[in-house]
Amino acid sequence: MGIYSTIGKNVEAVNNSLYNGISGIGIDPRRKEYGFRSALTGIIERPNLKGLLSRRERIGIPEQGEYAYVATMEALVNANIDLDFLTKNEVGILYGNDSSTIPVIDAIDIVRAKKDTTLIGSGSIFQSMNSTITMNLSVILKLRGINLTISAACASSSHAIGLAYILVSQGFQDIIICGGGQEINAESMGSFDGLSAFSTREDDPTKASRPFDKDRDGLVPSGGAATVIVESLESALKRSANILGEIRGYGFSSNGNHISVPNVEGPRTSLERALKNASLTPRDIDYINAHATSTTTGDINEGKAILDVFGDCNTPISSTKSMTGHEMWMGGTSEIIYSLLMMKNGFIAPNINFNGADDELARLNIIPETREQNIDTILSNSFGFGGTNSTLIVTRFKK
Amino acid sequence: MQREEIVQIVNQFFVEEFEIDADALKPEAQLVHDLGIESLDFVDIVVIIEKEFGFKVKREEMINVKTLDDMYKYIEERV
Repeated sequence: MGIYSTIGKNVEAVNNSLYNGISGIGIDPRRKEYGFRSALTGIIERPNLKGLLSRRERIGIPEQGEYAYVATMEALVNANIDLDFLTKNEVGILYGNDSSTIPVIDAIDIVRAKKDTTLIGSGSIFQSMNSTITMNLSVILKLRGINLTISAACASSSHAIGLAYILVSQGFQDIIICGGGQEINAESMGSFDGLSAFSTREDDPTKASRPFDKDRDGLVPSGGAATVIVESLESALKRSANILGEIRGYGFSSNGNHISVPNVEGPRTSLERALKNASLTPRDIDYINAHATSTTTGDINEGKAILDVFGDCNTPISSTKSMTGHEMWMGGTSEIIYSLLMMKNGFIAPNINFNGADDELARLNIIPETREQNIDTILSNSFGFGGTNSTLIVTRFKK
Repeated sequence: MQREEIVQIVNQFFVEEFEIDADALKPEAQLVHDLGIESLDFVDIVVIIEKEFGFKVKREEMINVKTLDDMYKYIEERV
């Protein structure tokens, strides 16, 4: 696994932030200049890829592609896969991405001002397409397996892992690079801000994202990229790879009603399907990494779905979005990485800023402070606009 | 504009934008074979020439621009 996020630029730094409950949220003053309701955002620095990639390789990569490159290179190093291996073995890529705003704006600005498309330059088309991350990384890494971008709003990169799990378990591929990238620039967030979905607690940014807390007032947009390597057991054992966990179940569903308001039935179906696919019962799950983004309706409906399925299991739950903000296209994979780190290092990361639940969710076991605990089985939810739902279950690998 | 000035500007963008070693920028150097310029790079060369020299390049006119010296001449004739 590899990650470039607002709470750390690599796996080790992210683990430290998770354990210590450190927030990656801050203020972007440009959003106020643009007239945003909220200037709150995850704060991240653009990596400098000069010297790491050639000009031709760099010129087609937008912001979220840079994050994805860094996260993927870390994941490959940790998985003991180098460029020589990639040229000799068929490896695929399934990556979540659902927007690429800046290159589209820049290109249209030039056309409108100059009335001449030849002045846009050669990189724009490759930066502006939704499949920008998979098209760039597959060329840079010389991949010859499946090459596909998954666009499913905020469930994109959870579905990417789920679909990779199916392709690998069905024998179509031995190794698939999986993940999600999320741009974080102000321009990409304007229309979402316009829906009044964001927290406006600007006077105290690290307290703004408060999933499940009764005083929550909206989500905080965030971004970065996260990558995991999904591999068949046979291939991983043959390479003596460090196996971080075993994907046991993938559940999915579509709400089939409103474009932005989530319901209870859809997430419940996704949870039930994942458990069935994993041949596990709710009592077998040691930890739930909730989708909970800190919106009023979303958190309540997810909580109700969890209570419907888990009943009185009292399963520990946290939403790491309390620290990271909502990583959207990236969140499905980043939250698997957060959960894997908890499983590896024996702790549950806190749902920071939680002081008490809505009455309807009083039975949920939200973990407000870091807890030392051995966990062997994790479940992670990801939901998105259009009512797309994805649930993944991962267990500790036992030989 | 003097030839020396054109050479200086062109060489500078090959070094800075295309990250080509200055020692490789000999007038007889073939753009494709010696400097590694590929078809997509010509799209960016069109943009840079308009920006630096202020005239509109037609891609088809550049078909006979094979060497650095050809490019200096092409610009010199139009600037």
